[in-house]
Amino acid sequence: MMIDLLSMGFFQRALVGGVAVSALCGSLSVFVTLRRMSFIGVGVSHSAFGGVALGFLLGVDPLWTGVGFAVLVAVLIEWAQSKGEMEEDTAIGIFFATSMAMGVVFVNLSKHYNVDLFGFLFGNILAIGRRELWEILLVSGGVLAFIGLFYKELVFLAFDEEMAWLSGVPVSLLRYIFLVILALAVIVSIHLTGVILVSALLVIPGAAARNLSKDIHKMVGISVAVAMLCTLGGLVLSAAVDFPSGATVVLLLSVFFFLSLLANKLPCITRPFVKS
Amino acid sequence: MTEEIAVHLSGVTVQYNGHTALEEIDLQISHGAYVGIVGPNGAGKSTLLKVILGLIRPTRGEVRVFGENPDRLRGRGRVVGYLPQRPLTNPRFPVTALDVVLMGRYGHMGLLRRPKAEDREAALANMERVGIAHLAERPIGELSGGEQQRVFIARALCVEPKLLALDEPMVSLDACAQDELYELIYELKEERNLTVLMVCHDLMAIARHIDDVVCINRRIHIHQPPPLGRVGLENTFGCSVEYLFHGQIPHRVVEEHDD
Ligand SMILES: Nc1ncnc2c1ncn2[C@@H]1O[C@H](COP(=O)(O)OP(=O)(O)OP(=O)(O)O)[C@@H](O)[C@H]1O
Ligand SMILES: [Mg+2]
Repeated sequence: MMIDLLSMGFFQRALVGGVAVSALCGSLSVFVTLRRMSFIGVGVSHSAFGGVALGFLLGVDPLWTGVGFAVLVAVLIEWAQSKGEMEEDTAIGIFFATSMAMGVVFVNLSKHYNVDLFGFLFGNILAIGRRELWEILLVSGGVLAFIGLFYKELVFLAFDEEMAWLSGVPVSLLRYIFLVILALAVIVSIHLTGVILVSALLVIPGAAARNLSKDIHKMVGISVAVAMLCTLGGLVLSAAVDFPSGATVVLLLSVFFFLSLLANKLPCITRPFVKS
Repeated sequence: MTEEIAVHLSGVTVQYNGHTALEEIDLQISHGAYVGIVGPNGAGKSTLLKVILGLIRPTRGEVRVFGENPDRLRGRGRVVGYLPQRPLTNPRFPVTALDVVLMGRYGHMGLLRRPKAEDREAALANMERVGIAHLAERPIGELSGGEQQRVFIARALCVEPKLLALDEPMVSLDACAQDELYELIYELKEERNLTVLMVCHDLMAIARHIDDVVCINRRIHIHQPPPLGRVGLENTFGCSVEYLFHGQIPHRVVEEHDD
């Protein structure tokens, strides 16, 4: 059965798309966790739902409206925080709830009940077409190139913003670009896990890598590897036992995270016994 | 020959949401000076450094560092070395001491460039200079407070600055290490022809080397030490100040404020 699947176009597209999304989210996730932005990932991804629903309502490509909403919310969060108007987590909580609520209203207004709403909420990578695959590849390539080019600055920014600024790093520009990138990554990753679970891809691989290494370079490699392993494993497993693919991927990621936690803790647990 | 002016503030006022931290500060520091900045907690010492570095924009007034707006100066990223009051905000951040010191070189590398061998050499040489070369590969969060402090001083030196701004560099150093560091900073200043601004609570320890003492408590008083007059200090702190000497280390006792 596996062999049959592998020869089918839709499954091939799902695998290629999955690998690209894993590389994208795996590498971003290191910076998301280093900058302690996990909750922003949740906020931005959930607010994309409002945009996607608006796309359905207006009959335009939900990709663009989704990106628009996600970027808008990301920028609003950043702006509210930089103005000192409110705490970042408060801003996220408010904006993403508003955007989700708008999404629910839009869906209700929309007559297209045949749209794949469930797919957008929970992901359906097996259904992506050529065009979606290209979009995924394009965004992944662009984001990976950005991270490669600005790796040094991104680490500096995460470590010490004031010093980065003093060293001539364009701090606020990079902060905004990072958010836009996050929004783009969320939108293309929705195909894999859906709006609800996409933040898992932006948090868990980086967190697991953090448990396994103290070197940011290696963390990026580990994080990407973890994301790919779980994505490919999840796709194959879900096809074999007929589970929803996105949720399976996320569950595998969680399992991996707890294993990495154990691997991290193990030395201290065993040390007393080893010594005696 | 005219003296080069390192820092020039005129009429600088800084407010945080309506709360005035600095008021009408006029200050001129010539290049090569070693200036101690003292004042009680909340007096605006850190704010003064940040205004000079350009990290905070003054509400009113003008700041010039080597004749330029600090905003423009930072683009070159190689004029000021800075040691923040609390440099390590996230102790779990996975970088080594050497990585941190290398960050001081970024202004020299520019955007998009990777650290080269010469950058690593410069970083290691500065670590050697402050006596922490052996800690290069240790994670920053696992070093002691004093060791971390030296790492951040090495990072400030790595900028190859003309102006060194140190915000309470002696925090968490033992008395011996403090003496060593005071000497080191003085040597570095002479060696590399630096202007040094140092926020410091222990005036007596630096009185030996410093050229000027800037006393601030929202407003500014400037003294030429030595001798450090008791009256001047009392004006700044707004309460009586006493010096006690026992053993080798001078202590200063400041009574409670009543405001
Ligand atoms: N980010 C900020 N927002 C609001 N008020 C601030 C901020 N930073 C400092 N202040 C206020 O400005 C005043 C000066 O603060 P500053 O940190 O410059 O004092 P300091 O002299 O360095 O004190 P310390 O000896 O405790 O380090 C204080 O009253 C402080 O409450
Ligand atoms: Mg201070």
